Amino acid sequence: MLNFEKTHRKTADSLGSMTPAITAQNLVRSFGDNVAVNGVNLSINKGEIYGFLGPNGAGKSTTVRMLTTLLNPTSGTASVAGFDVVNDTENVRLRIGVALQDAALDLKQTGREILDMQGRLYGLTAANRQQRIEHLLELVNIGSAIDDLVSTYSGGMKRRLDLAASLVHQPEVLFLDEPTTGLDPVSRAAVWAEVRKLNEDMGMTIFLTTQYLEEADELAHRVGIIAKGRIVAEGTPTDLKRSIGADVIIAKVSESDAVRAATALQSVSGLDHVEVKGESIVIGVTNGGAALSPIAVALSTAGITVNELTMRTPTLDDVFLETTGTRMQQEDAQ
Amino acid sequence: MTASTPALARRAGFSHDLVSVARRALRLSIRDKEAIIPGLMVPLFFLIVNIGSLQTFVEGNLPPGFDFKGFQLPVSLIFAVTGISRAGSLVIDIQDGYLDRLLLTPVNRATLLLGCMVADFAVVAVLAIPVLILGLAIGISFETGIVGMLVFIALAVSWGLAFTGFPYAIALKTGNPIAVNNAFLLFFPFAFLTTAYVPQEQMTGWLATAADYNPVTYLLAGMRSLILEGWNSSALGQAFLASAIVGAISFTLAFTALRGRVHQK
Repeated sequence: MLNFEKTHRKTADSLGSMTPAITAQNLVRSFGDNVAVNGVNLSINKGEIYGFLGPNGAGKSTTVRMLTTLLNPTSGTASVAGFDVVNDTENVRLRIGVALQDAALDLKQTGREILDMQGRLYGLTAANRQQRIEHLLELVNIGSAIDDLVSTYSGGMKRRLDLAASLVHQPEVLFLDEPTTGLDPVSRAAVWAEVRKLNEDMGMTIFLTTQYLEEADELAHRVGIIAKGRIVAEGTPTDLKRSIGADVIIAKVSESDAVRAATALQSVSGLDHVEVKGESIVIGVTNGGAALSPIAVALSTAGITVNELTMRTPTLDDVFLETTGTRMQQEDAQ
Repeated sequence: MTASTPALARRAGFSHDLVSVARRALRLSIRDKEAIIPGLMVPLFFLIVNIGSLQTFVEGNLPPGFDFKGFQLPVSLIFAVTGISRAGSLVIDIQDGYLDRLLLTPVNRATLLLGCMVADFAVVAVLAIPVLILGLAIGISFETGIVGMLVFIALAVSWGLAFTGFPYAIALKTGNPIAVNNAFLLFFPFAFLTTAYVPQEQMTGWLATAADYNPVTYLLAGMRSLILEGWNSSALGQAFLASAIVGAISFTLAFTALRGRVHQK
């Protein structure tokens, strides 16, 4: 697993607090023979935005359900806002807000009724509820539709209302489980802006799961990459990508030549790593511009026809490939 | 970045949680008219049809003075109030994830069910009134007067509430709307292996034995006593006891299912 302890400390210092808002030690959750989460360790500081990145079925939502008291771990321990998620559930629930993967709303209530119900269940006074709902109406941004039944809302409106419902009681720690999945680009940008605002204005700790690389890259102070129930890499997006090399060069050759091409590239100096992925040879380098020519020459000398040679900066998907051997998003391999 | 804003949340407490959940359940009950209206029309229909088709036959085979209309009214009322519950809505909450949203709050878990039952209580009480009015309109009179009518409704409501535990147990256990819709089938043995159409003394064989062990037999006897006999404390006591026993069983099943559903398993 890649780990960037140095970076972690730097991030925490810059956030002005070393107190963990979320911790997990060797968290495991099994469903019969299927181990959905397999030994997850977390230490997330107060005021941090932590991106939990992984493909579908990696264990992100199961981890969230354990951290938010909806599911008991099979083994291991975790605390949120200083309280154990198994033995002190009520204190955890009072301090967290959660927007689950699918907007968890009652379609037969109005938006206002849902927000009011949330406020009531969190023990807010009538005045507080009124004040909070008025404040959250700006976030929901659905105008007079707040008094319409939720069944009439669009998908984006439901997600924004769901987010607002998780914020009624001003939680210390906010869990967002794939908050922008299925949203159009405009709605996604609005959610990103709100997440940043909550973190910057209120110091809210945010645990954000996502399968979108750019979302983790844009929002998170630190990213944990999860695959098959394990965290395989953790650090700031910048440092994670730097671990791959400053640049990534992708050479496309015929699949039958791929292994030979990788062997030929061993003679080129200055390459950080070389991975074969189908017909793509993914090469991490410190200085891509300087490496392009030697790579082209080495492949040509070996008699390999290069169909395409491209250079780009590394992405978190390259980190995922480096740590798991597979890509999260096939299109990023292009 | 500023310092973290103090959280506003605190535990609301059992009574506040109960009121909050019941308010929502009542609001949704009012919006779910399509779920209530058939529950009212069916018993009204059967009251009219049963009296029209069976009154002459039954009264002709029984000693003079037997009032079949008064005999049938409790049956219709029990049909009206049995199976009225928010269990179907609870399944939708489970499927839509709204139950998870509620479980993420510090709400008292028992109030999630009790709040629904408060709404059921109100709906069942409201449903009982038109059936009673129809009975009065077709000439049924109560030997026990207006107070007897109130006790009559109280008995029906106690039964309606006692029976709600079954659909809730099925809803929470299965999360399946079809299973919940079929919960009404549970009422069939209660409804038909009893004195729904003829007095107990006219029943023979296995049906008479089944009726002896059927709580609805005692419920109907208590309700009929209010119409046909006057105050009969023994019959009324047995009627309330029958509801209490069924309620104890169904509520135990429902709250066990609730515990299983909300337990972080």
